Amino acid sequence: MINKVVKDADTAIKDIQNGQTIMLGGFGLCGIPENCIQALLRKKVTDLTCISNNAGVDDFGIGLLLQQRQVKKMISSYVGENAEFERQLLSGELEVELIPQGTLATRCMAAGYGMPVIYTPAGVGTEVAIGKETRIFKGKEYLMEYAFDADFAIVKAWKGDTAGNLIYKSTARNFNPVMAMGGKITIAEVEILVPAGELDPDQIHTPGIYVHRIFQGGNYEKRIEQRTVRTK
Amino acid sequence: MLDKNGIAKRIAKEVKDGMYVNLGIGIPTLVANYIPEGINVVLQSENGLLGMGPFPFEGEEDADLINAGKQTITTLAGSSIFDSAMSFGMIRAQKVDLTILGAMEVSENGDIANWKIPGKMVKGMGGAMDLVASAQNIIVAMQHVNKAGESKLLPNCTLPLTGVHCVKKIVTELAVLAVLENGGFQLLERAPGVSVAEIQAATAGKLLIEGDIPEMQL
Repeated sequence: MINKVVKDADTAIKDIQNGQTIMLGGFGLCGIPENCIQALLRKKVTDLTCISNNAGVDDFGIGLLLQQRQVKKMISSYVGENAEFERQLLSGELEVELIPQGTLATRCMAAGYGMPVIYTPAGVGTEVAIGKETRIFKGKEYLMEYAFDADFAIVKAWKGDTAGNLIYKSTARNFNPVMAMGGKITIAEVEILVPAGELDPDQIHTPGIYVHRIFQGGNYEKRIEQRTVRTK
Repeated sequence: MLDKNGIAKRIAKEVKDGMYVNLGIGIPTLVANYIPEGINVVLQSENGLLGMGPFPFEGEEDADLINAGKQTITTLAGSSIFDSAMSFGMIRAQKVDLTILGAMEVSENGDIANWKIPGKMVKGMGGAMDLVASAQNIIVAMQHVNKAGESKLLPNCTLPLTGVHCVKKIVTELAVLAVLENGGFQLLERAPGVSVAEIQAATAGKLLIEGDIPEMQL
């Protein structure tokens, strides 16, 4: 079996260059590649275009990359919870492209399925449709949206094996599988790394063919954005 | 006149046994509290979960298990988890039966605006554009007028649109209204203690009133 294991996050991201486009998995702060974000902070690579559903919070997740001015452009669906983000956007330091969440996910997926475009009704008749080719299928209008073209995808899974196969946990799955498929080079960090053969092939969410580098992460904070509970 | 819980309670009557339902943030989330016993519905959370359960007990929160509002939640017997592309796939393919969401404005031809106010910080549309473009059955939960006292039921939306010709029904603190296929808001029910004249005064778009308008049963 091909061995995809690298030593650590710094090794995994070592060839990411200034100005490249990277997909970052996660929804809010759930299922984000915490170790690789720390490594990108250490590497101080700049002018990144980040494709990620959200942009983290001021002091966690992609928010940390924004604080260090490493991001040139964000491609996201919702960027609500981040004061530094807002400041950079209003001052013109940061470019932002907002796209519907389903379109974002499906453009990642299309890249992993080898399909150049998708057609979606999301955004028809709105400013999202401006300048885009449209087609009518069965009487309904659809926008043509391109598959993403990302140099790297960085994802977080729960378990992985040395062959790069991945299993996600709970809703930390979110964008991770489709981004794992969509990157030209995909880097996966996992909480538990096991030898090939220990994971049940029937239970794999992302087949190892999509994963180029894998390492066992550590010190996961897994911050909760909205802690909601009920009383017994 | 209804409060937010009253609006949620009235919308809960639209939820039928066997439905898959997506609830937006705000008043729509409250609808889950009023679904009658014996009505089995499955709540979809568009980050990738079917069968959203209640909030966890204190101390049992799981950072890996959240809803589309990023709140900690639980699963139920029969829940399933999937990636975000599949989540919007089932929305686009109209497997989700009912979508309930909030709005800033709705027009008399069913256009909805709920994501952007020019001049203010834009946070993004999230999944709202996908939901309104695909759902067959969309109910909007909102206040009839904005904070300035202006009607939110308009001939045309003034804010940037989220979707066109898609809203089927609106429940406000004053009324239940259907959006007619050829345009116009048809008044279906009045909130307790609210007169037709009050609803007329609060509605800027074309309002159709046929016969006696019954009071809502809550």
